[in-house]
This record gives sequence, structure tokens and C-alpha cells, in this order.
Amino acid sequence: MTTTTAAPLRLEGVSKHFGGVTAIQRFDLEVAPGEIVALVGDNGAGKSTLVKIISGLYQPSEGSIEINGEQVTFRDAADARAKGVEVVYQDLALVDLQPVYMNLFLGRELRRGPLRVLDRKEMARQTQQLVDDLDVRIPSARALLGDLSGGQRQGIAIARATHWASGLVLMDEPTAALGVAETAKVEEVILKLKQRGAAVLIVSHNLDQVFRIADRVTVLRRGTQVGTRPTAGTDKNEVIGMITGLSS
Amino acid sequence: MSTTDTDTREGTTRRLPAVDWRASVVYVGFVLTFLFFAVTQSQYFLTPTNLTNVVIQAAPIAIMAVGAVFVLSTGEIDLSIGSTVALASLGAALVLESTGNWLLGAAAGLAVGAAVGAVNGVFVTYVRLPSFLVTLASMGLVTGIARQLTDLQSVPVTDDAFVWIFGGGDLLGVPTIIWWTVVVTIVGAHLLRQRRFGAHVLAVGNNTPAARVSGVRVDRVRMWVFVLSGMTAAMAALLYSGRLQGARYTLGESDLLSVLAAVIVGGTALTGGKGSMVGALIGSLLISMINNGLILAGLNVSQQMIVRGIIILLAVSLSLRGKKQG
Ligand SMILES: Nc1ncnc2c1ncn2[C@@H]1O[C@H](COP(=O)(O)OP(=O)(O)OP(=O)(O)O)[C@@H](O)[C@H]1O
Ligand SMILES: [Mg+2]
Repeated sequence: MTTTTAAPLRLEGVSKHFGGVTAIQRFDLEVAPGEIVALVGDNGAGKSTLVKIISGLYQPSEGSIEINGEQVTFRDAADARAKGVEVVYQDLALVDLQPVYMNLFLGRELRRGPLRVLDRKEMARQTQQLVDDLDVRIPSARALLGDLSGGQRQGIAIARATHWASGLVLMDEPTAALGVAETAKVEEVILKLKQRGAAVLIVSHNLDQVFRIADRVTVLRRGTQVGTRPTAGTDKNEVIGMITGLSS
Repeated sequence: MSTTDTDTREGTTRRLPAVDWRASVVYVGFVLTFLFFAVTQSQYFLTPTNLTNVVIQAAPIAIMAVGAVFVLSTGEIDLSIGSTVALASLGAALVLESTGNWLLGAAAGLAVGAAVGAVNGVFVTYVRLPSFLVTLASMGLVTGIARQLTDLQSVPVTDDAFVWIFGGGDLLGVPTIIWWTVVVTIVGAHLLRQRRFGAHVLAVGNNTPAARVSGVRVDRVRMWVFVLSGMTAAMAALLYSGRLQGARYTLGESDLLSVLAAVIVGGTALTGGKGSMVGALIGSLLISMINNGLILAGLNVSQQMIVRGIIILLAVSLSLRGKKQG
């Protein structure tokens, strides 16, 4: 790595047990600024669990998490956010009965005046500008989120993460629900984040996508980290072998 | 689930907001009920005294409805509000009797309400029990304490200031009880619509995990809505004790159904995520008007209960129908 600054994300020996079940076992990873690392593995391998540990939803049973060189313990998602960790969750985490702009600003609403009332107008304006920039086509920033299509909702979830992203962005299958054109658009956005210097950890089942955008790929099999490879130094067959445990 | 068949060509056109007819049930119901009683009971119903009565009777319901809108919007329920009215009124009256200070009396009543709400909140958020169980239990508990506290005796309220402020008085020709209702409703609407707290309440009620990962402190929100609910019940208790010049363990005992009906008919979703303060206010007036009209129609108490039950069931089904398919 060319940078001398501390890594946006450093995991050391992170494990997670749910009762007797070991979901993650001694996971190590470092993601540099401007680097995209893909996290792959079969269903139930522990990918989402790892994302939830880094984003503060679960506490690791063992191991340490460092954000920008500082060791952290997150009590909840708000803590992680405060440290600049942005997440696009697999199940989207959006609120259907609220307008698009409230979804973008939920938990960090803009307020105005001495009474600190919600500044709906400004939130709607910034949202409109953001979705225009990212080319997410929605009827209006004031539309109810529940009235949007699956692809539009995914677009909003990603727009939210990009809007707030400063250091680290976690994405759990961000293109799973998308068509070809929308997927291309999302990949473009992810590459933009990389250019901005953000560290990106992306969970994906789509190996073509992994080789298109990621710098490195790390493989989980039933909670165990099988290995990490630069995408330039490996191929699909090797990665599939690592995922399934069958050498080809 | 939401429909996802939006044509992409629609993407650029701004759709008109669909008229949600359920949201207007309460207004249509209000007008129709008004007309019905105006025609059938014209000689009494339309007199200024009677109409003022309708509004005054609606006041405690409307105030409790403000708390209930928050609780239901969070996707919870508070069944203990009626019993809280009884205990808070006795608490206020006893402190008033022993100190002679109206402010201390009022503060004691509100503190009782906040305490009951806090206990409910702790069991819902930290012990993680369903709120209908918690508040069903606390309803029994609080009723028992209220009956025990004065051994079923009423406590008179004779303090002039207290009586004037909470119900008996009259400011600029308008009874103070109505001023209180207006103030509490406006504060409630402000909290729900214009403040971060309200946005978080609605988010928690609509999608709790989403709210949590968005950094909303879900437990804190839940805790606060129960405290608010207890405090609006206590506010209603102060108004009852002021107006009736006394506190009694029976105060508020039939209010729970009225409050829930007013709130749900008023467009607040029983399933959370959606709330309306103005709807709840109109709903409270509607319930009060129905109670009043039934008395004028000469129905005895048992008959009133039967008719009221049927009307509420109908009104609530109307306003909830199709909600899930939405
Ligand atoms: N809260 C929990 N309690 C108990 N077990 C859990 C919990 N969350 C996840 N697990 C278990 O941990 C394992 C890993 O689950 P996880 O959701 O992380 O998989 P994943 O790799 O994201 O799979 P997918 O590709 O299907 O999204 C699974 O066996 C799952 O059942
Ligand atoms: Mg997953």
C-alpha cells in the first residue's frame, strides 16, 4: 500500500458465537483507503454476520476492530456511524411509510431555527440533488418510499451510504435485486467511492462482479476464513474452489 | 408488501398523491353523526350548552389520545391509561389536601403518570415483553393501588386555584379545560410532525430494525412514548379532578376504549408507523358526541354501552379495512 495513514478498517481475530454456534472464527482483514475488498462465500457462511459486527449491530465474541487505527467497541449502529462506518444492508433497512428524504436522513435529520424543528425542505432538496447526481430515477424526493420499485429502493439505500460515506462503506449484496443496467450503475457508484478514497467491503455472490470491481477477495466457508487473494493474482476457478472446499 | 410494478416511464412525472379515503373516515363520520343527532335530537343537541358539554366531555379523551397516538405509532399499545387516571387523580388530590399548593398537587399527579409510564416502558424495552401484556398487568396493578390508597373513598378538591386552572375556570370566555386540550394537542402535533422525536417514533413503528441500523435509539424512543402516555393520562386526571372537584378510584375507568377508538378512527395505524394528532382530536369529539347523543336519546347506561360498542367496532373496522394490503 502506498499510504502511510492508518487503515480505515482492521480486523484481528474476530470471532462470533451465537450460543453454541460459531458463525465467524478468527477473521483477519485490513482494508486500505481507496481499496475495494470483496467478501464471498456460500449462503450461511457468515458474511452478513461479519458486516453486522463491523457496523455495531453485533458485538464480536473475541477479537479487535480498528477504525482508522483506533480500536473501537460499538454498542450499536449509532456508535459505528459516528465513526464514519456506512452500511448498505442486505435487507435494505428502509422505512416504507416515510418519504424518500426522511429515509436518507433518518437518524441524522437536518434541523433549523432555535426550536430545532425538522428542516424537511432542505432534506428534500439535498435528496433530490443526490439522486439526480447518482442518476437514481425516482418520482420525487417527497415520494413515499413504499411506492418505489425494488431497484429504486436499492438505489436509495446506496445513495444514503454514499451521501454519508467518509471512511468505510460496507455493502451486503447491494446489487442482488437489480437488473443489468442498474447493476452497472451501482458498480459505477462504488468505483466513485473508491476514487474518493473510501474503503469498501462488499459482499457479493456474483464473481464476475467481484473480478470487475474488487482489488482483493476474501473467502469465508462456514465461518472460517479460507484465504484472501488479489483479484489480479487469482481466477474464478480458484475462488470457487475456496468457496466450496473442492479443489478443482 | 409494496407493489413494485411502477412503470419506469412514470419515473419522471410527479404522481398526484393518492387520496387515502381511510384518513377521511373520521371527518365524514363526524359530519354525519352531527347531522344525525341534529335532526333526531334537535331541541337539545344543538343548544350551546349541550355543544359546549360535548367538547368538555371530549377534552380528557382528546388529551389521552395524544399520548396514545405516540404509543400506537411506535407499534405498541398502552392499556393502563384508564387506571392511571384514577391513581394520578388521587395522588394529586392527596398532595393538594396536605400541602394546599396547587402546583405541588399537579406535579404529584403528573409524577404518578410518568412513573406508571416508566414502569411500562422498562418492562417493554428492557425485559422485552409485549406491551399489551405489560400494560394489561399494570392496569390491574394500578387499579388495585388506587382502590387501596384511600380505601375506596373519594378525596375532595377544594383548592380554588387548582379548580380554576384545571377545568372549572374560564379564560377569554373559553373554559380552561378546552385551552388545555388545544395546548396539549398542538404540542403533540409539533412533537410528532416537526421534531426528530416524532420522526423516530414513526420509523420505529414502521420498521424497527431499519430504525435501529439508522442510528435511532429504539429503546429510548419506546421508553419515552410510554412516559408520555402516562403523563397525558395524568393530565386528564387533573382535568377530571378540577372539573368534578374531587378525585375517585373510578375516574377514567371507561376511557380506554374511547381513547383507542378516537385514535384509530382518527387515522393512526394500530400496526405502527402512521399517526395523526388532528385525526385523534376529531375522533375524540366524535366519540364524545356519540356518548352525548345516546344519553339524549334516552338510552340507559347498559344500552349506551351496547350501542357504543357496536358503533366503535364499525368505525374501527372501517378505518382499518384494507390497511394490510395497502
Ligand atoms: N442472530 C443469530 N442467532 C443465531 N444464529 C445466527 C444469527 N445470525 C446469523 N446466524 C447464523 O450464522 C450463520 C451465518 O449467517 P449469515 O447471515 O452471516 O450468512 P451469509 O453468509 O450472510 O449468508 P447469505 O449468503 O445467505 O446472506 C448462519 O448459520 C446463521 O444461521
Ligand atoms: Mg447475508
